[in-house]
Amino acid sequence: MKYVIKILSLLIAITAFWIALLEASVIPRSYTWLLPVYFVVLLGCYGLLMVGIGLMRFSTCPQEARLLQQDILEAKRGRRGQ
Amino acid sequence: MEQQKEANKYSIIIPTYNERLNIALIVYLVFKHLKDVDFEIIVVDDGSPDGTQEVVKQLQQVYGEDCVLLRARPKKLGLGTAYSHGMKHASRNFVVIMDADLSHHPKYLPSFIRKQIETGANIVTGTRYVQGGGVHGWNLMRKLTSRRANVLAQTLLWPGVSDLTESFRLYKRAVLEDVISTCVSKGYVFQMEMIVRASRKGYHIEEVPITFVDRVYGSSKFGGSEIVEYLKGLAYLLVTT
Repeated sequence: MKYVIKILSLLIAITAFWIALLEASVIPRSYTWLLPVYFVVLLGCYGLLMVGIGLMRFSTCPQEARLLQQDILEAKRGRRGQ
Repeated sequence: MEQQKEANKYSIIIPTYNERLNIALIVYLVFKHLKDVDFEIIVVDDGSPDGTQEVVKQLQQVYGEDCVLLRARPKKLGLGTAYSHGMKHASRNFVVIMDADLSHHPKYLPSFIRKQIETGANIVTGTRYVQGGGVHGWNLMRKLTSRRANVLAQTLLWPGVSDLTESFRLYKRAVLEDVISTCVSKGYVFQMEMIVRASRKGYHIEEVPITFVDRVYGSSKFGGSEIVEYLKGLAYLLVTT
């Protein structure tokens, strides 16, 4: 199944659940109306959190650049030796 | 284990365009780090005007024409086709793809090979996003863009791979042949398409940490148009896989 269909069906399922809630009025309607807003905010928070965690764990490695420079020097010397 | 080692042979495909300064270093480092391994290096040069091919010919004299192969094309035809072109000439049962600009250090090759032997994976891909991996030469903006792009792709595509756009990878030859034939993207979106399609086809994919050192010689190819291309690629993969 195409991924876009999976995502769309998930969205439709959530919408259906929301409409059912709205119709059944188990919780006050004014709350139910706000749920999609919460959903979007939650999604945004998830994104921010993941980007934040990713950024924190994304290491910079200046020592690798140094090692590479050493390797380059070594390679240049090695080639002259041949 | 010993027997397996004997059976495994590697073709290393390096697409180049104006990499005269880097290609000799890469070849030297590959030979330095792959001592007891049977391999060949296939340089696919897209008609570089800077004399990359002359350098490769000199390297052939040093290392032997059966170890360093030059499979040039007349003009710049793009990365995706460079891989399939290189693969046509690859005679070994595993194929490694890496960049020629030294952002992919050949010292990681043994860890790719080891990982493949340990797990029997179809594909081993390098990842910058796990412990032991990382980048050098990126400012905070570039890192932020990279992470945002990655979270977006992870959330929408669930590829089961942490780094989609990394091109440093080892493939079983038959797997690469199979996957490459279904890919249509260009540029680095191509890397993403390859790994997502491979994942959808149910191939066993493993990861090893690598560090990415941004180009030492020459200029980096990254700008706003890359971001647009990326988003287009993401949308394309969303509706086709």
